Amino acid sequence: MDMGKYTQVVMWSYAGSIALILALIVVSLWQSARTRRALREVEGRIGKTDV
Amino acid sequence: MLSLAAKVVCTYRGAMSIWEYANPKKFMQASGTVLPWVAVLSAICLFGGLIWGFFFTPDAINFGATVKIIYLHVPAAMMAINAWAMMLVASLIWLVRRHHVSALAAKAAAPVGLTMTLIALLTGAIWGQPMWGTWWAWDPRLTSFLILTLFYLGYLALWQAVENPDTAADLTSVLCIVGSVFALLSRYAVNFWTQGLHQGASLSLDKKENVSDVYYLPLLLCIAGFVLLFLSLVLLRTRTEIRSRRLAALRLRERLA
Repeated sequence: MDMGKYTQVVMWSYAGSIALILALIVVSLWQSARTRRALREVEGRIGKTDV
Repeated sequence: MLSLAAKVVCTYRGAMSIWEYANPKKFMQASGTVLPWVAVLSAICLFGGLIWGFFFTPDAINFGATVKIIYLHVPAAMMAINAWAMMLVASLIWLVRRHHVSALAAKAAAPVGLTMTLIALLTGAIWGQPMWGTWWAWDPRLTSFLILTLFYLGYLALWQAVENPDTAADLTSVLCIVGSVFALLSRYAVNFWTQGLHQGASLSLDKKENVSDVYYLPLLLCIAGFVLLFLSLVLLRTRTEIRSRRLAALRLRERLA
């Protein structure tokens, strides 16, 4: 696939955007897992499991 | 007559049912079921749209190969504005009806909207360099997008700065209403300020104004992918916020016991 003189322009756009989206997904999943683990721990201690 | 009245009551009840999801438990149940499907559908649309657009569409006469940036730039810009619109609706619901889930949904949407705004600005700058000969210009649309980015940052900072969650929700809701002016301006700036570098809207109901079909269909698929990605991330992050709120309440109860 030949993009000529615009190869770098297109590649940087895709790389930057995909990196931002992946970072957002990874951070969201990490925060979700961390909160869920902490909640389970506290609920286990006091014996409540509502949410 | 009686059956018509019954129908009206049913419709009314159906319309009211959306408020059931203001109950965190109900929201967690429903979102837990929907989330995996939305996430998978989003991945399919995004991969499909981007691969189609990147590999199987020709170069444009006026833009050359840079036209491939449209599949990221346009959906991201659309979502940057629509995310703020969603936050506005959720904030109004919080201010009027005091449903905590709506305030948390607005908070959850902000980082996603900010990321979309950054993608739109980044791809716009990279695209602008070869087309306009500059990375940045104080063009109405670019400037209003920059201000929108600052509003997103301010909104997130305000949530972090205020300790009481209800006060934080109140203040951020007001900020969201004020910022809506710039969200609206970002959308329509090119229509009433004609001196800018930025072209008019790429998507239009007018066939002559709209992008060619060869770019339009993969672009639609990418837009669907971005909308679904936004939805899945907001659902995921709202679930985290609800758990986080419950965690804080349980920890407080533990400390007081």
